Amino acid sequence: MTRTTWRGTLRRLPWWLAAAALAIGCLIWIYPFLWMVAASLKTSAEVFTKGLDLLPADPAWENYERAWGEAQFGKYLLNTVIVTVATVVVVVVRCAMAGYVIARHDFRGRRIVMGVLVATLFVPAGYTIIPLVDLAQRLGMLNSLTGMILAMSGAAHVAAILLYVGYFRGIPKELTESALIDGAGFTTVFFRIMLPLAKPVTATVTVLTFLSTWNAFFLPLVFTFSRPDLRTVSVGMLAFVGENTTDWSGMAAAATISLLPVVALFIALQRYFVEGIAGAVKS
Amino acid sequence: MTVALSPPGARRPRAARNTLFVWLFLTPTVLLYGAFTVYPIVGSYVYSLTDWNGFDASPSFIGVANYREVLADPMFWSSFRLTLTFMVVAVPIQVLATLLLAIVLNSPRMPLRKLFRTALFLPVVTTTAIVGVVMQFVFDPASGPVNLALRELGLAPDGVDFLGQSSTALGTAIGVYVWKWFGITLVYWLAALQTVPSEVYEAARLDGAGALNTLRYITMPLLKPFLVIITLLSIEASLQVFDLVLTMTGGGPFYSTEVIEVYIYRWAFAATIPRLGYASAAAVLFGLFICLVGLLQLLAIRATRRARGAA
Repeated sequence: MTRTTWRGTLRRLPWWLAAAALAIGCLIWIYPFLWMVAASLKTSAEVFTKGLDLLPADPAWENYERAWGEAQFGKYLLNTVIVTVATVVVVVVRCAMAGYVIARHDFRGRRIVMGVLVATLFVPAGYTIIPLVDLAQRLGMLNSLTGMILAMSGAAHVAAILLYVGYFRGIPKELTESALIDGAGFTTVFFRIMLPLAKPVTATVTVLTFLSTWNAFFLPLVFTFSRPDLRTVSVGMLAFVGENTTDWSGMAAAATISLLPVVALFIALQRYFVEGIAGAVKS
Repeated sequence: MTVALSPPGARRPRAARNTLFVWLFLTPTVLLYGAFTVYPIVGSYVYSLTDWNGFDASPSFIGVANYREVLADPMFWSSFRLTLTFMVVAVPIQVLATLLLAIVLNSPRMPLRKLFRTALFLPVVTTTAIVGVVMQFVFDPASGPVNLALRELGLAPDGVDFLGQSSTALGTAIGVYVWKWFGITLVYWLAALQTVPSEVYEAARLDGAGALNTLRYITMPLLKPFLVIITLLSIEASLQVFDLVLTMTGGGPFYSTEVIEVYIYRWAFAATIPRLGYASAAAVLFGLFICLVGLLQLLAIRATRRARGAA
């Protein structure tokens, strides 16, 4: 009995050694974040004299006060939340509706719609930014959160539509037919039957859109050139270090404020993040 | 009987009403996507033929002069080369290193594999622009943690100005890029490995195949189609590094990290007299290049499908 457990342990040993090596690797991997959080709690002097120590002598919470108030990260965070939530809602609704009709209804022009979507699947932001800003300005939407939201929900998200198309196609016809016989209308079928069934896709689309909108930079940057009060956290961060090159602890506190929500959400909903991204390969 | 219940004329209005709803459902996508994706793609071509100095000014048609100028600009070619270098260096490292790690992390015998996956994936969810700014400080030559560590270990007593000198800036940017997006490729590979049914491994084990032989003769051939898709997704991503580069180096020092998107941005938004037509021409050329990559992508996927069908 003892011999077999011995052998089992011995066989496991390489795996534990690999795990130990990986653990060290992972610690180095996330060290920049640990350093950032540590720096956000240090005094300005400590950041320079004790750069590698992760624990500050006495947490300096005033860095957060400075980043939140003086550097306006409280405001930037609110802007980011507003833009992200609104964009996610618009994207989910418009992509689900488009995906539903493309998947379940035969209409004239369907192939053209589908063709245009697939042809523009990979469009880099740098490519469309000039006409986009021009259009936004002519519509009077530049320098406003509404404009930013509309532009972000209009840009790309083809993959989301395709995900819905794929899912709605797989739902058996009988489900909607019986509802139609009962006299359910077009919108009832969609909102009461199809959309609730598509919850897994909605979860994936929500998570992926949340991620891309929260982390967006190019579009918020050019949309807020003349309105610093509308900056999102990513744009605010660049402006902050441009103005305060020596305030390391303030920078670290601002970065921590900006990254904390998305990291917390990731840890809470990790499954959806990973599945959503893995879905891109499987399909 | 059903015919008697609904008169033949009743079908037509219903179909017409359905069509109405179909387009009603498509309206938000047609409007938003049309305005903010399709129009800009088409618009770029029109604007690229104009001389246009700022969004307030009115563009004037000048034909293909912008293209002639862009193609003659050594800075454009330099940025094009930097974009390609970024891709050629970052993609193979990313794809191959994540494959090896995914194989290790996919084994059920690996302890703590979920925790490792989470840690390695963490940079992916963080905001690139913010990471770029933080990295300016991490790589600071005087007090950044990287240089402090190098000094402590005695590797570089004078410190290395990673982002401040032309010779190391691009390499550092590529390194940070690989670190930032490593987790996403890792998850692609883990998803690909999940598609290999466990019975296949079971059968191989019963036939007496060792770990290396299983890897070579079973896992690798099954992963081949995924290699094409994952490589192409990684290529696509490596062409879009604007957020990271602009916040980390701003394209400098001495334009040594100015990739195409930063070049476009500089002419359109950061110049004292913006040249939107000129920048559009550069954007169109970049777009055509992406199209070419996309086309190769389709051909490669078709080729692997055919290979899989033949096997």
